[in-house]
Parts: sequence; structure tokens; C-alpha cells
Amino acid sequence: MSVAEHPQPFRFVTHLTLTELTGRRAHDLLELLRHLKTVPLSVIYYHTHHFLERRRGLAPSPPNDFAFWISHTLQEGTLGERLAAIDTIQFTRLENLREAIVSTIETYLASAKSLRPAPEGSDFFFMNSRSILLPTSYEAATLEEFAHALKKVSVHSIYHHVFEARLRMERGNDFAKWLAGLGEKDLAWQITLMDPYTQTLESLRRRILRLVERRLFEINHVPA
Amino acid sequence: MSRLDQHIPIVGEQAVDELRLLGRQLQGKLMRHISSMAVGGGAAEILHRMVPYFRELGIDARWDVIKGNSDFDAVTRKLHAALQGQPQTLTERDFTVYRDTLAQNGADLDLSGDLILTHDPQPAGLIMHKNKTAARWVWDGLLDLSAPQNEAWDFFRPLLEQYDAAIFPCPTFAPPISMRQILVAPSIDPLSERNRDLTAEQVHDVLNDFELNLEKPAVTQVARFDPSKDAAGVIDAYRLAKKRVDCQLWLVGGDPEEDPEGNSGLAAVREKAENDPDIHIFELSSTDHAAVNALQRASTLVLQKSIKEGFGLTVTEALWKGKPVIASALGGIPLQITHNESGILTHSVEGTAYWIRQLLQEPLYAKRLGENGRQRVLDNFLLTRHLRDYLLVFLSTLHPQDILRA
Repeated sequence: MSVAEHPQPFRFVTHLTLTELTGRRAHDLLELLRHLKTVPLSVIYYHTHHFLERRRGLAPSPPNDFAFWISHTLQEGTLGERLAAIDTIQFTRLENLREAIVSTIETYLASAKSLRPAPEGSDFFFMNSRSILLPTSYEAATLEEFAHALKKVSVHSIYHHVFEARLRMERGNDFAKWLAGLGEKDLAWQITLMDPYTQTLESLRRRILRLVERRLFEINHVPA
Repeated sequence: MSRLDQHIPIVGEQAVDELRLLGRQLQGKLMRHISSMAVGGGAAEILHRMVPYFRELGIDARWDVIKGNSDFDAVTRKLHAALQGQPQTLTERDFTVYRDTLAQNGADLDLSGDLILTHDPQPAGLIMHKNKTAARWVWDGLLDLSAPQNEAWDFFRPLLEQYDAAIFPCPTFAPPISMRQILVAPSIDPLSERNRDLTAEQVHDVLNDFELNLEKPAVTQVARFDPSKDAAGVIDAYRLAKKRVDCQLWLVGGDPEEDPEGNSGLAAVREKAENDPDIHIFELSSTDHAAVNALQRASTLVLQKSIKEGFGLTVTEALWKGKPVIASALGGIPLQITHNESGILTHSVEGTAYWIRQLLQEPLYAKRLGENGRQRVLDNFLLTRHLRDYLLVFLSTLHPQDILRA
């Protein structure tokens, strides 16, 4: 049996969000760009992440609100696709993600011949969210306990430790950091390399669990 | 079983646990709701449902109703309409009546507590008493303030801006001001008479009572007979669609004796229906929730072809019942329906007719839309999510940080 114990148990927290309006809106691509350059980073975070917690099952979801609005409301399919393809996982700071979005739009605008405004009533509303973190009853000191808790916690808890901790709080993937501290550096690295943006939170839970359970099997069955 | 526990089979244990976790952070805190009516109107309906849940969670929730004479009622009716952009004449005397009434109410009401939520424009002026209490003040309005009449807005805006935050049901309803604005969508109660599950037999009994049959697919709109709900446009769309696909139309509205103003368009609707035996017009009492529930469940498709719309809770109700919904892309409806995913959004009579034909002839596709729509409501528009948002509003007014570790 694996008995390695982390000096600091992993305490799973969950998060709940409250959506706020910023009072800013865009009617066309130029207005969108102007606001994108100046909105607080929490606004960039909201519009590139809130869909992750809403995605269920196999229902198609937009990759981010900017791409969705540009494709579906402004009917600028090429630009929408380019924005959708921005690989969010490569960024560890929101400021860099903002720069990537802004530069993709600026490049497109440099060669765009004409721009359509949004139809009436379809403006883009810039929003923000407040995150309220709450303790759960789950904590883990060993890899077994970690696997057990991971099966039980809500997807909002997984979201917090994987997405919010990494990009909004800029402290990295909580799971990977804690596992590295437990001496599970390979496992931590495998989790760091995952692209959590292109799967549902339940799929992400299953994938992380599979890696953890495989490692537990190795520890328990493969002679040292 | 506690009230909250009754929601577990629908939303799951985690969602109810989260409410209890939040409730623990607010144990014993005093949350005071103030509205203009104890019955009738959106705010009163919400508070009747919510206050018992707040109390079950350990929050000292109280609900007061302001007092006003007929002058005040007339002024606030005009103010309410003008704030939503309807032409009204508001005089300095009207504003004085409003201010004096709320000055008196402020003197009479106990305004102690941790959070005061005023609902709709009628009690909003109580904010003039803000300095008498340590409470945070939040205004909660279900109305569309995106294009108010100037006079009304010049009067109302300075009141609103004194609040710590304002709640709006959807982004398009919010005015362009720089105060803290929170998005809290309304909700439906899945356990209420209007939305609870019914057996096939119960639905059948209601159809029998109304002498209806389902030999032809039923296309339904549930809305009072008010020109803004465009029952005439619904009849036009039905007639266009019926040229290609046989169907019947159910127009489920209110009783004009009970609400003459809200159902003032009934005579015109009857005239337009021209005794078509496939058009059924229902004048239901506002308390006849069980019949509305059964009619929605028996429908093949549900329409909401409004010209002006609030959040559109009748759309939420139909989506919750797994019905494919075709609705105008107005008000809060686009927040509930993503076109071609959880329903259909249209902009015209012709578009509505086209989609009636499509969905009646592609029942598998229609079924998929209905399933996605129900999931959308389950995730976003049920009472438990609404309750959670109010608790989060409360917590966030006590702690201003972007990320709060409770």
C-alpha cells in the first residue's frame, strides 16, 4: 500500500460565482477591440472561462464568448474561428491571453474590407464574476485519499483547483503542485500537460482519476 | 422532509449542500426585503417562494410592504411604465408624492439589518434613509431600464446610484451607469403547481375538461391577451404553417374579468381567429396553474412570439417541460435559448411559421431541442440557483473582494 503522506493535506474547496455587468458594451468589432484593451483582467477571464462550468455532456459549446459573438452575431466566421483556436492553456498570465486576443483581432482588421455592426439588441455585454470560495468536507493527505476525494467533490471544486487557481489566481494547477509535494513528480507533470479546455469537467475528473489510479496500481503491485 | 431537501431529487445533493454551506456563512444575519405589494406582481411571487427558504437556511429574513395611497399608486404606475420607455407625463407634483410617501414609510419601517433589498421602483426611494442604518442596500428590479424616458430616468437615476448594487435579470435590461450591477436571472419552482411533474392521466383529465384532443399536433402560446404578446402574429404564423402541416393552435391567456388591462386584446384575438375550429382560446384565472401546466405538457410545440418581453418565464416553464420552443429573440429569451441548440429564436411571423413546419415535420430534432432546453433550465433557471445567487449577493455585499474565501 502507498503510505506516503503529504505534510500538508490537500483541502478541496469549491467555488460559486456571481455574475456582474460592467456597464460596457460593444456594437461592432472596433468597439469590442477598444474595450478589450482596457477592461479589467477579470473580465477577460470571465469571457474565456465561464462556459467551462456550463458545458454538459456532448452539447456543443462556444470556446469563448468573443469567438461566439464574432462568429454568430457579426458573422465574421474566419475571425471567430481564429479566436476559438487560441490555445488558452499556453498562457500562465491573463495579460498575455488578452494580448493574444487583441492581436488576433488587430491582424484581421488590418485586411478587413468592411465590418458589420451587430443587429439591434445583439450587442456584446462585458461581464465579470466574483468568486466565493467555500471549504468542502474533503481533504487528502495520501494519494489514496486524494483519489477518493476527487471522485466525490463537485465539478466546481475541480474547476477551481484546475482553472481558477492557474490563471485567475496565477498560482498554477493546485492538483499538480500538491502531487509534486507528495513526491509524485511524474504524475504532477502529466496533469500539468493536460489540456483541460477541450473537455467537460466530468471528462477531466475521469482523466485525472485514471492517472492517479494507474499510479496507485503501480505503487501497490509493481515491486520496487 | 425539509423544503430544501425536496429539491434534491431534481438538482442533486451537491446543489443543496452548497446552499447550506452558504447559509452557514450568513447565520443569524438580517436580510430585509421591501416591496410594494404582498400579493400579485413578480416581486411578491418571488418573495413568497424565497423567504421561507432563507429562514430554513438560518438567515433572519424579513419582508415588509410599503404603504401608499391611490395617488402614490398612480404615480408609481406611471414611473414604472416611463422607466421602461413608454411615453408618460410625470410632473413635479408626482415626484413630490413619491418622495413624501417614501419619507413617511422610512419613518415607519424598521430599517435595521445587514442587507436591505428593495424590489422594483416603488420602494426604491427608501434609499433616502440609507444613513439611518448600517445595512448594505441593494435594488432588485425585474424591469427593462435600457431605454427609459428622460424625465423618469433623471428622477430615478440619482436614487439608484446611492445603492451599493443593483440587480438586473438580463444584461440587455441594465442602464449604462457605472454602479455595481449584478446579474440574477429569475427562476421557476419545479415543485410548484405550475411546474411540477404530472402523470399522463392528469394531463388527459385536463384535456377532457376542455374538450380537447391531440389528433392534430398542438402549437401553444401561453401569454395574457396583451398586444405586446402578439397573439395576432401567432395566428398569422399558424395559418402560414397550416398550409403545409395540419395542426391546431392553443392560445392560453388570462381572464379579462380578473385583469381587464392585461387582457385588453382578447376581443381582437377572437375576431382574428374567425371561428377557426382548430384555434382554441383559453381565458384562465391567474390561479389556474394546474391547467396551464397540463396544457403546456400536452403541447407539441410552444411559441412565445412577443413584440416586447421581460425575462420570459413562460418560456422557462415550457423549456422545463422538455418542449421545443420557438420564441422571439427579445428580453431575457436569448439568455434561455441558444438558437438551434436549446430552442429556436425568430424575428418575424414568416420565420416563426417556417420553424413550426420544420419542427412538426422533424420530431426527433424537435425532441433534441426540448431535451437541451430542459437541461438549460436545470442548470440555470430553477429556484435553487436563484436562492444561491441571492445568498452570494448577500455575502458579496459584506465582502468586497473579487475572490472571497469564506
